[in-house]
Amino acid sequence: MSALFEASAAEIRRRVAGREVSCEEVVRAHLERIAAVEAKVGAFLLTAPERALARARSLDRALATGMAAPPLAGVPVAIKDVLHVDGLPTTCGSRILESYRPLFTATAVARLEANGAVVLGKTNMDEFAMGSSTEHSAYQPTRNPWDPGRVPGGSSGGSAAAVAARLAPIALGSDTGGSIRQPAALCGVVGLKPTYGRVSRYGLVAFASSLDQVGPFTRTVEDTALVASVVCGHDPSDATSATAPVPRFEEAVRQPVDGLKVGVPRRFLEKGVEAGTMARFEAALGALTASGALLTDVELPSLPHAVATYYLVATAEASSNLARYDGVRYGLRAGDPADLLSLYGDTRDRGFGPEVKRRIILGTFALSAGYYDAYYLRAQRVRTLIRRDFERAFAGCDAVATPTTPTPAFRFGEKTADPLQMYLEDIFTVPANLAGLPGLSVPCGLVDGLPVGLQLLGRPFEEATLLRLGAAYQRASGHHLLQPSLSLTATSPRDSGSAAARSPCRCS
Amino acid sequence: MPRVDAKTVEHVARLARLSLSAEERELFARQLEDILAWAESLQALDVSEVPPMAHPLAPEWREDSPREALPRDRVLEAAPDAAEGLFRVPRVIGG
Repeated sequence: MSALFEASAAEIRRRVAGREVSCEEVVRAHLERIAAVEAKVGAFLLTAPERALARARSLDRALATGMAAPPLAGVPVAIKDVLHVDGLPTTCGSRILESYRPLFTATAVARLEANGAVVLGKTNMDEFAMGSSTEHSAYQPTRNPWDPGRVPGGSSGGSAAAVAARLAPIALGSDTGGSIRQPAALCGVVGLKPTYGRVSRYGLVAFASSLDQVGPFTRTVEDTALVASVVCGHDPSDATSATAPVPRFEEAVRQPVDGLKVGVPRRFLEKGVEAGTMARFEAALGALTASGALLTDVELPSLPHAVATYYLVATAEASSNLARYDGVRYGLRAGDPADLLSLYGDTRDRGFGPEVKRRIILGTFALSAGYYDAYYLRAQRVRTLIRRDFERAFAGCDAVATPTTPTPAFRFGEKTADPLQMYLEDIFTVPANLAGLPGLSVPCGLVDGLPVGLQLLGRPFEEATLLRLGAAYQRASGHHLLQPSLSLTATSPRDSGSAAARSPCRCS
Repeated sequence: MPRVDAKTVEHVARLARLSLSAEERELFARQLEDILAWAESLQALDVSEVPPMAHPLAPEWREDSPREALPRDRVLEAAPDAAEGLFRVPRVIGG
């Protein structure tokens, strides 16, 4: 029997339900694991051991008095620091929210807790979820558990690294342009971005409201199904939350995939995918066909425009959403400004990091008089073209497959100097957000010792099809069983004089 | 494609209520111009007949009825400066 910290959520739930272990033992095993290896990873901005143990003991008492074990009984979970957990701070990776404490719990987190999951802490991220490497966190770097000199991806890098390093069996992240799927791929774990509207955004700090979606990180697709069944569903507190019924995803993952058609956009993949990554992708397609799925070519002619479209739409929405950080109602207030305009300007200058400022400038520009039609409105029209591409493709297939990323994890500092290089990292992931589709990334092997992912995109509200394919692939491949050695030697990933490196893990 | 200089960035920063240093204005002008040059491919597409897409889903509005709000004292506790049940800000009207 594997160590408790290596167990899947399904296995933990089984053992807790069978009274083989207590929730407290499960949580302690993960806290010990965190104590042993977290210093080498830097996945957490904050751990909450006392809160976690108190919750575990309270669950144990309820179970002892005959409560049926809920679907996630005793399962530890790490929460990206973009989601509110009442009683814990939310920083969003930003100095502007350094001392902020939310007044309520996000719906997705509340659903996990109501179903027996135990929050271990809050994970590191790019500031306001803007980035693809977690290097834009105002607090600390997070290292890729497979190679300490490389980034974990982003923006949910802390959540992905926590699950990969066996600090938690499951985690929540948010995905605006790939922020779940890309770090999942680069850390060798499973990541699901559900259909837009599937999971409530209530209590999720907004980045781009028409693109943001909450979703899970896990190590098995079976666990993804388990978590998705709990967090998906309508929430009256979010006007964009969908009322579509939520299927029992746990049953979907057991169904065979015979006859399911997987579309491959060959023309789109001709350029820009690193050879090793492409080889792993081709091998994954082979495994899917061996499992009974059928391959077909699809055309997605507007996809080469997706990244440009995304960076105009997302930054425009962000510039509007981030207007709320004004130094008046909550968060940082800079100095003792003489008037209201300098209060806004100074607070935002001091509170926001360079990437956030850059995106506010780009987004404000795209929305400003004289440029609105040429940039923001035009991008919204191209967004329609991208959605139509997928509607046409899904008339002839059940899922579209691509590599999740063009390359494996890159080195610290490799893409920070040139924002465009960082943006292009998202080429395969942004289309799903623009079109509002579900996307799943499943580990599909190693390239020179670094994990890469197979991405499956589906029709709106058809996560079940993706989970079926992903589970069949994991039964056939076993790549998800590979583990990082974590023989991490503590080389500094960046200039040790940076603000981020000075900031220790805060513990409550 | 528009020419982006430090002056453009200064104007946009004012709209966004962001104080930027001179170095930031120079850097962002250069980077904004790079990003817009690369996004220029969108300008070549004929989208005159294509409707804009603001959102993937039509929102489902709930009844606009009174609900319990967050407790006022806890909300004000989170404010950088509050007094007498109100947020405090610097003087707004000249004097």
